[in-house]
Amino acid sequence: MANRIPRVPVREQDPKVRAHNFEEVSFGYNKEEAMLEASRCLHCKNPLCVTGCPVNINIPDFIAEVLAGNFDAAAGVIARDSSLPAVCGRVCPQETQCEGKCILGVKGEPVAIGKLERFVADWQHGVPGTGASAPAASKAVVAPANGHKVAVIGSGPAGLACASDLAKWGYEVHVFEALHKAGGVLAYGIPEFRLPKDDVLQKEIDEVTALGVKIETDVVVGRTALIDSLLDDEGYEAVFVGTGAGLPRFMGIPGENLNGVFSANEFLTRNNLMKAFRSDYRTPIHAGVKCCVVGGGNVAMDAARTALRLGAETTIVYRRGESELPARKEEVHHAREEGIRFELLTNPVEIIGDENGCVTGMKCIRMELGEPDASGRRSPVEIPGSEFMVECDTVIMALGTSPNPLIAQTTPGLERSKRGGLVADEAGATTRPGIFAGGDAVTGAATVILAMGAGRKAATAIDEYIKGR
Amino acid sequence: MFQILEKTMLCPTIAEIVVEAPRVAKAALPGQFLIIRDEEKGERIPLTISDSDPARGTVTIVIQLIGASSHNMVERFSVGDSYADVVGPLGNPSDFVTMAPEELARQRYVFIAGGLGTAPVYPQAKWLYEHGAAVDVIIGARTQDLLIYTDKLASACDNLYLCTDDGSVGFKGVGTAKLEALVAEGVKYTRCVAIGPMIMMKFATLTCVKLGIPVIVSMNSLMVDGTGMCGACRVSVGGKTRFSCVDGPEFDGALIDWDEAMRRSRQYKPEETAAMDSYGK
Repeated sequence: MANRIPRVPVREQDPKVRAHNFEEVSFGYNKEEAMLEASRCLHCKNPLCVTGCPVNINIPDFIAEVLAGNFDAAAGVIARDSSLPAVCGRVCPQETQCEGKCILGVKGEPVAIGKLERFVADWQHGVPGTGASAPAASKAVVAPANGHKVAVIGSGPAGLACASDLAKWGYEVHVFEALHKAGGVLAYGIPEFRLPKDDVLQKEIDEVTALGVKIETDVVVGRTALIDSLLDDEGYEAVFVGTGAGLPRFMGIPGENLNGVFSANEFLTRNNLMKAFRSDYRTPIHAGVKCCVVGGGNVAMDAARTALRLGAETTIVYRRGESELPARKEEVHHAREEGIRFELLTNPVEIIGDENGCVTGMKCIRMELGEPDASGRRSPVEIPGSEFMVECDTVIMALGTSPNPLIAQTTPGLERSKRGGLVADEAGATTRPGIFAGGDAVTGAATVILAMGAGRKAATAIDEYIKGR
Repeated sequence: MFQILEKTMLCPTIAEIVVEAPRVAKAALPGQFLIIRDEEKGERIPLTISDSDPARGTVTIVIQLIGASSHNMVERFSVGDSYADVVGPLGNPSDFVTMAPEELARQRYVFIAGGLGTAPVYPQAKWLYEHGAAVDVIIGARTQDLLIYTDKLASACDNLYLCTDDGSVGFKGVGTAKLEALVAEGVKYTRCVAIGPMIMMKFATLTCVKLGIPVIVSMNSLMVDGTGMCGACRVSVGGKTRFSCVDGPEFDGALIDWDEAMRRSRQYKPEETAAMDSYGK
């Protein structure tokens, strides 16, 4: 019986070796491994995995093509619903999405859908480890130009997904990016060892531009140009705002402005976008000797594992417990393997500095879990008198982010919610006709795939809006 | 895009560069800044805008040769070359750009410019002078050779005062001493804007507070992206954490925690020194 074989393990760099380099951790499946893993799929009549995918990729169909060795056809199935499969295969929280719904997961291990998706995308890109000999032609089909122009603000997952769909339908799409490289959080946030920039991300972005999408970097909409000037002077008929949630949060505890305290955004941007880990790039980075990372999400894991690779002895400090860690399970597992320490049920109360204002330690307090709060998570409560000191010379705050207010502040009629995100309906329509929004700019920090889903929904709404004018 | 059209050394350590950046030139207002990344391996460096020409599509920047990146940007790029990236204008414009004409007519501004800070004073003084405010400008430098923009500013204000530490030209002493002398003579200022090194802005603030003149400063904090994302530029203003890039760069000088700001500006000093030591080797 095909479903009796265990999940095919994925080959990875040895933890002791990878703790000192920025090469990708996981090597991914080769052709044989992918076909073997594909044989585990039960091809359920009512596939729950598809309902678990925010963009509803036809998972059993693409897996059937992998099983048959038709990798090009598998890529074609995925391309109908996703423009960033090599990225999603690597960074989606599969355990709570597609794989979380897999029937095989009830009694054993679910099908490795994420690894198979990554394999198909890498095969398409001609990545040598997959066994592919050369990159394959794009599977996307582009309709003839329809003469309509749409502006997309932000080249992260939401913007790229929206732009891809519109371009496929014949729209002239222009993406404006504030930074000097396209990709948004995929470029500045997620490290090289989890998502290689040149070999994976850039190739997926190249596929988007191959659809005819133009990307203009170095344009901060709200400063360099206004949404109203794009609509009134530059001839765009609709605008999609996919500007993400870029503003870092801090705790508001004493000592947070000492030298040696960084936001995870700063630390990761220096390392990923500015390539500070490479000695031939000029941007400095300071990981310190002993580093504490505060937070338990993917960004905290990324920051901690980056600091470790830069030579710091690194500890993650998180106020809830192991099972509450919001990061992908694989990231937590990888972090532990690499030697990151975890101080769980612990919260910083003050950062201590020396006479020069440089960090020397962090005063923490132990926590216990109380009653579930409104979100259903048990809220952490301080244990009185349990304060203790953690010695460190750098502290990285990975406490989440909030949406950048710049667009809302400079665009009359665009309303913001109490939490700072743009107000938009299910389809992405904002409080101003012709302006659509989606992804973290609306919801606050979430996942790559949810942002892509929102971008695609907004593309449909923009298409209806322009056709209905 | 981002081609260098003119490059002039204003003094041995300060360069003026005119670069093509049509979108920035069209949108720039006094008080704003931009970021340049000279080449793929370069840093993103925040720089003040000292002039912009929307018709020609150019912005003018003034750079002081301090570290490896500023040397690289000036010494390894010539007229005809292009920078990889010029992004802006960033930050909020000076608050006076939204003042009503009758309010502007009631103002008497005094600018205290220190060293490189003279360059961003120019578009502000020019704007105010052209919009009917009374404007005096005090420029300070160590010695005569380091004074910049004196001719430009002379035609953009009512009174221009030069100060040098060594007395080689103008008033012998620092800009704040000149301000105190003017106030003692009976000149009444409604507003002071101080732009220069942090230590100078700190002392300008102390002087203005003593003299009872509201004081605005322009924070030249360390930053990476300049759009609010990294938080490297955080500065304590009135006990609250603000980001220079999106909440500033101009703040009420009297509310700033100067010691913290100066300490934070030295955050990457060891790395900067090492980079400069190995520059050109």
